[in-house]
Amino acid sequence: MTAGGTTTASAFRATLKRDLLIAYKRKNDVINPFMFFIIVVSLFPIGISPDGDRLSEIAAGVIWISVLLASMLSMDNLYRSDYEDGSLEQLLLSPHPLYFMVLAKNISHWLVSGLPVVLISPLLAYMLSLPSEAYLTLFVSLLIGTPILSLIGSIAVALTVGLGSRGLILAVITLPMSVPVLIFGTLAVQASLNSVSPTGFLSLMLAMLAGALSLAPLASAAALRISVS
Amino acid sequence: MATDSTAIASAKQSDQAMLAADELFCERGERVLFRQLSFELVEGQVLQVQGSNGSGKTTLLRILCGLNDSYDGTVHWYGEEIGSQTDSFFGSLLYIGHRTGVSKVLTPLENLRWACSLQQSVDEADLYKALADVGLRGYEESQSYTLSAGQQQRVSMARLLISQARLWVLDEPFTTLDARGIKQLEALMRDHASAGGAVIVTTHHQLDLAELQTLSLG
Repeated sequence: MTAGGTTTASAFRATLKRDLLIAYKRKNDVINPFMFFIIVVSLFPIGISPDGDRLSEIAAGVIWISVLLASMLSMDNLYRSDYEDGSLEQLLLSPHPLYFMVLAKNISHWLVSGLPVVLISPLLAYMLSLPSEAYLTLFVSLLIGTPILSLIGSIAVALTVGLGSRGLILAVITLPMSVPVLIFGTLAVQASLNSVSPTGFLSLMLAMLAGALSLAPLASAAALRISVS
Repeated sequence: MATDSTAIASAKQSDQAMLAADELFCERGERVLFRQLSFELVEGQVLQVQGSNGSGKTTLLRILCGLNDSYDGTVHWYGEEIGSQTDSFFGSLLYIGHRTGVSKVLTPLENLRWACSLQQSVDEADLYKALADVGLRGYEESQSYTLSAGQQQRVSMARLLISQARLWVLDEPFTTLDARGIKQLEALMRDHASAGGAVIVTTHHQLDLAELQTLSLG
């Protein structure tokens, strides 16, 4: 697909690169949600009990909930600064389908905020005494689930980017849509703890990811047009 | 509403206006910003939109760019509605708003590279040359928040040098520029118009251009 002398693919790459570059230069935005995730998870052994048996029961739920909270904390950065400096208007005026531009921003956001959380999760699962047979399932479910959270969160951020003070509205919009991800993510881990195959739950999550990948950027794009106008 | 550009349109060789606004109506809250606003913009024309603060200059510009769709009336790009052919319209449009699209954490070079690559393939040497031409030589790799407001405006001005867009829509581009910057931007607009492009600009600055048309709001 070409428009105005450049391909959509190259504009996609340029946007992805730009967002990764901004994330690299604003390390705080990247590190804060990550540290938040680690801190929240570490509080559970202190607050509940260091007893491995009791922790292993709640480990999957604790990690999944913390991931959800950390992802909401990181969402705020997605369009806010672009809105304030006018880059968002330039993005909307690009001759390429906005779907791909939004997707590039979502992918970059997941790479810097979702992926690190997924990568550190086995270590935290070990800290919470999650039985080792569930490590792989937890890892895979997070790998599938976190991009869904980013894609869904992107819609809510796009809708609210023009508002002055957002407060809890982001959570109110995002959480109801995120709960199914949480349910299937923890169910999958629970299944492998009970020596049942988790593939059914993971397949459902994959279907949700496919749905989110194809629809969420369209919704985000429409929401951005509304917010900017 | 003054629409003194319409007469010029028919005199030009091109029988079709580049951009035509027809019966635009827009209100903000209870207040009508403009009604029955019609004008045409042809190739080679510079149109200055004038009006007091709050008269709807920025709103008009955003409507013409397709950024704002809360209005009645139509905007045509070479005879077709802008909403129906966004890729060819957006491919020929360069908009610089109040918020110039310059990210403060990126360097001028990175900002320019991204802004241009949304519309066209860019050559690194061209980016350096454009930045040097707008007086930012030596600042290519500085973070933009270390630059002054005028220098940040110059980063967006550098886009004008690279872009092949035929229509420039500039919202208060002179506000933070110094005297030399103003002269240079005026020259850029003049060259663009004589090369067959068109410019719509809002400014309170007295433009020194021969074929300037004006449109007064409010």
